[in-house]
Amino acid sequence: MEKAAEFYTLEKGILALKDQIDALAETDDLDKKDRIAALRSEIEKEWARIVPQLTTVNIVQIARHPKRPYTLDYIAFLFQDFMEMHGDRRFADDPAIVAGLAFYKGRTVAVIGHQKGRTTRARIDRNFGQANPEGYRKALRVMLEAEKFGFPVITLIDTPGAYPGIGAEERGQAEAIAFNLKTISILKTPIINVVIGEGGSGGGLGIGFGDQTLMLEHSFYSVISPEGCAAILWKDQNAFEQAAENLGIRAATLLGFGIVDKIIPEPPGGAHIDPEQTFKNVDKHLYQALKKFEGKPVDELLDERYKKIRKLGVFEER
Amino acid sequence: MTNLWTRCNNCQRILYKQDILDNLAVCPSCAFHFRISAEERLRMLFDDGAYEVLDDNLHAVDALHFVDTKPYVDRIAENEKRTGLAEAIVTARGTIGGVPVYILAMEFGFLGGSVASVVGEKIARACERALEDGLPVIIVSCSGGMRMQEGMLSLMQMAKSSAAIARLGKAKIPFISVLADPTTGGTTASFAMLGDINVAEPQALIGFAGPRVIEQTIKEKLPKGFQRSEFLLSHGMIDDIVERKNLKPYLVKALRLFLNRPQ
Ligand SMILES: [Zn+2]
Repeated sequence: MEKAAEFYTLEKGILALKDQIDALAETDDLDKKDRIAALRSEIEKEWARIVPQLTTVNIVQIARHPKRPYTLDYIAFLFQDFMEMHGDRRFADDPAIVAGLAFYKGRTVAVIGHQKGRTTRARIDRNFGQANPEGYRKALRVMLEAEKFGFPVITLIDTPGAYPGIGAEERGQAEAIAFNLKTISILKTPIINVVIGEGGSGGGLGIGFGDQTLMLEHSFYSVISPEGCAAILWKDQNAFEQAAENLGIRAATLLGFGIVDKIIPEPPGGAHIDPEQTFKNVDKHLYQALKKFEGKPVDELLDERYKKIRKLGVFEER
Repeated sequence: MTNLWTRCNNCQRILYKQDILDNLAVCPSCAFHFRISAEERLRMLFDDGAYEVLDDNLHAVDALHFVDTKPYVDRIAENEKRTGLAEAIVTARGTIGGVPVYILAMEFGFLGGSVASVVGEKIARACERALEDGLPVIIVSCSGGMRMQEGMLSLMQMAKSSAAIARLGKAKIPFISVLADPTTGGTTASFAMLGDINVAEPQALIGFAGPRVIEQTIKEKLPKGFQRSEFLLSHGMIDDIVERKNLKPYLVKALRLFLNRPQ
């Protein structure tokens, strides 16, 4: 089987155009506005050419792009007065998940998200966005605060998965995720999830379901990493491509199964080419989702949440 | 002749098969608890080995048209044929020590006891029936986690089963989780860890990440006994370790206590 192009190769032309835009923005050029607009439409054209050939592996590469906006980037743009809350009050603070309160369009909300690092050092400090049990327990603590004060909860999903380590097992990684799932299902306040990058299995789901799940167009949500799936089912790391295609991890597929409620469009080139436009798109859909559930009587909210999760699955009766 | 004898994978002794069977599939030499089928488990627990099977008309669908080294549809057909079961769990109603109860037993022989749409649906339906009848639920897990061939549909069963169990909790209906060898992945990270009590059989492998994945990640050998029942007990993750021969009386006592029903 011929290997498909890497996304980093595909996007070279777009990156060059983007560099020109950034350089132009720095100048005092009088007609820079028009020239930037022209360059943008070139990006659009180039992107329209690339999109039809994007494989699922390419989507995985976009979702894991080192320049893709992370949770704290969204928080900085979309929310005001973010007050980060640290620690699970049991063992430690987990930098792989950030959580706290902030204002969103004039109301307090709880924001929780996986956080990856941008530099080598930060990547290690954030454990590549792979949370330990204390991350899930910190998230739980903040969700319970939100419930207590009647604040909506917004979660941002972006993790390769929960961390597979000795300490994580000793401190009950499985229990931490399980307890979150149970608690989320009956939490008496609206919960909106946004998959912004990698929806990595149980580690994503631990803060990743609720009343409405939005998903960025080129992010993915998977039961297992394509690498892990290739190793187990094909016993071959090179089967990564087949695994990715088979797992049904793209937003459109998940929308079809009702696992995702809305796809948030990304700007041409992907979220990392125009983060500001990405934030605006997320903002719009997030606000719409929030308005739908805010003020709903709690019984009704929980009943709908249960029905929503209850109907997921495909089987036949015979 | 040869199939009269077998080797215990744990102590390596050659044993007479009938001796193992007479001992509830527990090694007479080292007390290792071998995997048993869902049906054996249910017969062992329900009074007189009698129970009513529920929802065995539910069958898997290959929603993703998943093909790895073999098509998923073929795997389902093979597993159905080999186990005589429709899926990796048998849900049933009966009595245990005279107490009416729902017991759900997972079948490791069916695609490694993996959880996908049907397993999640059967757990949810059993919990909803229990909610209606006001009867306790016991799940005996024996599962390698979420089934990859149904992708995210499998993953969402973690949330679905946990939500169904949360509803039992709100109605003050006891849920007991029994963990048998092995219980790993999303199974542990959902219903198997959510019991009012969680109890395990001795030496069962129980964890979130598989031992091999952890070894590859940390590039170290794992300590002896890591992720075994005894390790989970000492780390506070389970309430007790119960030998197979004591499991039924243990469950009956636990149910009586939760239901406030002295002899
Ligand atoms: Zn033995």
